[in-house]
Amino acid sequence: MKQWNAISLGVLVGLGSFTFVYAKGYSYLLNDPRTCVNCHVMRDQYDAWQSSSHHTVAVCNDCHTPHALVPKYWVKATNGMRHSAYFTLGNFHEPIRITESNRRVAEHSCVYCHERLVRSIQGHDGSLRCVSCHPRVGHQD
Amino acid sequence: MKENRIHVSLFVVTTLLTIAVVGLLLNIIQRKQEARDRFAHVVPIADLETDPEVWGHNFPDQYDGWKRTAEAYGATEFGGGAHRDKLALNPRLKELYAGYPFSLEYRERRGHARALEDVIGTKRMGDQKPGTCMSCKSSDNVRLWNEIGPEKFFLTPMRELQHQVSHSVSCLNCHDPKTMDLRPANPAFLAAMKNRNIDLAKATRQEMRTYVCAQCHVEYYFETPDRPILHFPWENGLRVEEMERHYDAIGFADWEHPVSGAKMIKAQHPDYELWSTGIHARAGVACADCHMPFRRVGAQKISDHWVRSPLVNVAHACQTCHRQTEEEMKERVVAIQRRTRELMDRSEVAIIAATRAIAQAKEAGAPESALEEARALHRRAQFRWDFVSSENSMGFHSPQEAARLLGEAIDFARQAEITVLQARPGR
Repeated sequence: MKQWNAISLGVLVGLGSFTFVYAKGYSYLLNDPRTCVNCHVMRDQYDAWQSSSHHTVAVCNDCHTPHALVPKYWVKATNGMRHSAYFTLGNFHEPIRITESNRRVAEHSCVYCHERLVRSIQGHDGSLRCVSCHPRVGHQD
Repeated sequence: MKENRIHVSLFVVTTLLTIAVVGLLLNIIQRKQEARDRFAHVVPIADLETDPEVWGHNFPDQYDGWKRTAEAYGATEFGGGAHRDKLALNPRLKELYAGYPFSLEYRERRGHARALEDVIGTKRMGDQKPGTCMSCKSSDNVRLWNEIGPEKFFLTPMRELQHQVSHSVSCLNCHDPKTMDLRPANPAFLAAMKNRNIDLAKATRQEMRTYVCAQCHVEYYFETPDRPILHFPWENGLRVEEMERHYDAIGFADWEHPVSGAKMIKAQHPDYELWSTGIHARAGVACADCHMPFRRVGAQKISDHWVRSPLVNVAHACQTCHRQTEEEMKERVVAIQRRTRELMDRSEVAIIAATRAIAQAKEAGAPESALEEARALHRRAQFRWDFVSSENSMGFHSPQEAARLLGEAIDFARQAEITVLQARPGR
């Protein structure tokens, strides 16, 4: 029985590693925006970002993940799980919509860079966001 | 023994995990496959290929969408795909259309794949329909316009033409078979655009996404009953008073109303004209953006050829541009439609009151000059009401314009009524 266990574990690890590499699993740990179009659902957003005002100064992660290390990978992990589940099963709302928590992450990112400019006008209780008036700075779609 | 049990369960767990990983791997392979270009040129498509099934070999997803236009997908509050009997739903229509075939049968329109059977089957004009009636109903028209020319097509009775056609309106009506570029084919539309000095060769693809619809979903008229050549009344412009000016100038009437004696204009389905006055037109939104929104098939984006009411497809039709929820978008549309319907009710009551008042005044011996003045007002009022009523969006294509027209309709109808009331002898 022990030998069988060793063989089956080997098969699992082998197939698992192959799948991980084939699906470019490692790319999700890095910062390249092309990672986000590994799956084609994000294609419109990626294309629109390339022609947006921010494409020279910010990639996907700069706005859509927090800047501290642990929160960054926490957001990556939770979104990664959700996205892969949806993409595998295909049961998601189209056109895709940002979730409330991800919206907050993005809002923080605006302020992270533009704080000196917007410090004095940050009086709103969350009812007005940067993108309420600037919906196209990141990506139009 | 205990150790053995642990080994067996470990084996089972690794096996199940391996199965899961293989499943995931296959799914990933499938998703990667989808991302590749799926277009396959399987058969050549001839220059005048009228059969949508042949096109469908190369464009299966678009063809499937077109086929679904045959479905009765259910009613929306004021339209949708239910083929409702409008005369039964609104008895006032029989009085408004008295003396005209629409008082015999008037149903909610169905989809593109049903167009041909519906025009053949309608009781309106029975077997007396001219070929013109088939202008927007079949892809075989494009071949016939080529072979026998538009004029002969229009002048041949439909009962003769219908043996030469077999496909409902489909691919060839809108697409160039070689390049798949959009190009309208209806000769009346081509002539009308030329009259407006609009060069279709210079039109953008986005404009074409409206123009191919505008070759049919418009206001039109037949030259004369004996010479039913198809024309669009766009010489002076697309607004109601501009078209009315054209009709007045050529002394045109579709029929004489038997109760009031007014020379009437029947509005057809001026979806394009009403849209052209609205906010979506100004923002550059084409018909196809809402009625054939992009849909993801695998990794490909295709325009949905199941053309239908955007209200049953709010996510794709509205939310591509509007960030609000589906419920809110739907509420906005329905609010506009209900207001339009209320104004339409008032218009109908006012027009019927005017019609009856004219008949009664004639009976009572009112002078002909007053009757004529009132009849002219009846013509104006009903054309405006009919423009909104026959249009397919219940005002949504241009809410303010629809409300303006119905406001004028009510006013003209009441003016007609006052005119004859004041002219009755003994006042």
